[in-house]
Amino acid sequence: MMLRLTIRAAATLALGVLALVPAARAADSIDPLADKAAFQKFYTDKFPKLKLEDFVNGPYSMNEDLHKQWVEKEDFPPYEFSLEAGKEMFSKPFKNGKTYADCFPNQGIAIRQNYPYFDEKEGKVVTLELALNRCREANGEAPFSYVKDDMAALTAYMAYTSRGKPMDIKIPNDPRALDAYQKGKEYFYTRRGQLNFSCATCHVQSPGERIRAEVLAPALGILNAMPIYRSEWSGMGTTSRRFTTCNSQIRGVPLNPQDDEYRNLEYYLSYVSNGLPISGPGARP
Amino acid sequence: MSTTTREFSETRRLVLKGIGVTALIGLGVMPFDVPRALAAANDKYPEDAFKQKSEADAIKALYGRTAEPSDKVKMDAPEIAENGAVVPISVTTTLSDVTSISFLVAENPNALAASYKIPAGTLPSVANRLKMAKTTNVTAIVEAGGKLYSTTKEVKVTVGGCGG
Amino acid sequence: MASSIRVRATANGDTTEVQALIQHPMDSGFVKDAQGNLIPPHFIQELTFEYDGKPVFVADWGPAVSKDPYVKFAFKGGKKGDDLKISWVDSKGATDTTTAKIQ
Repeated sequence: MMLRLTIRAAATLALGVLALVPAARAADSIDPLADKAAFQKFYTDKFPKLKLEDFVNGPYSMNEDLHKQWVEKEDFPPYEFSLEAGKEMFSKPFKNGKTYADCFPNQGIAIRQNYPYFDEKEGKVVTLELALNRCREANGEAPFSYVKDDMAALTAYMAYTSRGKPMDIKIPNDPRALDAYQKGKEYFYTRRGQLNFSCATCHVQSPGERIRAEVLAPALGILNAMPIYRSEWSGMGTTSRRFTTCNSQIRGVPLNPQDDEYRNLEYYLSYVSNGLPISGPGARP
Repeated sequence: MSTTTREFSETRRLVLKGIGVTALIGLGVMPFDVPRALAAANDKYPEDAFKQKSEADAIKALYGRTAEPSDKVKMDAPEIAENGAVVPISVTTTLSDVTSISFLVAENPNALAASYKIPAGTLPSVANRLKMAKTTNVTAIVEAGGKLYSTTKEVKVTVGGCGG
Repeated sequence: MASSIRVRATANGDTTEVQALIQHPMDSGFVKDAQGNLIPPHFIQELTFEYDGKPVFVADWGPAVSKDPYVKFAFKGGKKGDDLKISWVDSKGATDTTTAKIQ
């Protein structure tokens, strides 16, 4: 509760300052490191039995009956086929002979924990999904849909090669990076849609509780498990799919995948989960 | 790339279907060759049982008799299914001479979900994942020594479009 | 091209434990697509596991088995390196078959 109030006050304050003197949106009022520590402490205080790394398993870490069903599913996880397809796609050259590996540091292997990153040339956040489609377009291939199938398969494979590596999002010493982070944070805590929910209403205030039928996931570590096979979707979904469906479910109007707001949101949400292991691809109810 | 992959699987599907059809013609009703021994023992696909609506009719069509509840049949199923589309359910039994294990979901459109033949030497224990339309009873039937034994458990299915 | 069948068969003492996951829509015939049209039923009807030329497990399935179906069982016998043959046939007459090595 304290945290929510504090954050809302801070956000209001920041917005107020912004309205008056945009240029004075001082870097010293934005403290990602302190945010991260407070965010993670909030969850470990709320769920004292859980270790930090447990949070990447979403609702499965908070409900025993669900946890058992999950362990049974992980025997032979439903994302297996997507993962294999992704591995095959990743190694197959484009028409011009190049591959995805040519677009990424370390040939694209074990780098998922560094995404999204702030691109100082572009002055914007670049997510893994965006980087993959840019890679395709740079090599004369049509971009994939951001929400499922091919994009999910590719990111599933890339996440798999990073499994266990701690999320490691950096905020460079660039006011625009800090600004993107702050905007992501504001998006996270701003209420919207006919239900007037913010991301935090469900995923900070109520993780582990049921909303209608389902057990809500904690925001901490939620992206570490992406992409996910959701039984509800009968298929795979990406971070983009998670964001857009969340907005639909609160009866808001989803933005387009990879709009600046979503890129900033992913930046913020990944940063505050720094240190938690990548667990994707994941399976969810 | 995605297109290529799709084309591949599309092609493959057609090829597979082609093979299936050929096999069907080649072997009469048998889709492939090795299970013929089984089929000869009157173990063909129980189409009629799968078409029955109620649990009782499905059991009758499948086995021609009724089952008695037994605490020697142990079923493991969740209290609340995380999603009705994928409900992990398993059965194991201490009964001997088990020849088949079947799963029925009472209020599905057709009650019989799956039936497993257990040849001699195979352990009487099966795990699978089933679909459930709503909160209802799941029944496991074990056929052992020519008799039918059952156990039943209610599994709650909640359908939601929010959260996760 | 990858098979539709994934199998893990592990010999442990005198038994072999088998888990299989098969890529198949298992359409029940009761679900509508985005346009509101019923998706016709299409599901695996029979799945057979054979070891040493004999069936060790036969599944008869209806449309209430989950999409990308999973099954787990165990049989007496089976050694590391031995073959386990798995095949299925669905309601449209399509089939697939694969052979897995017992681990």
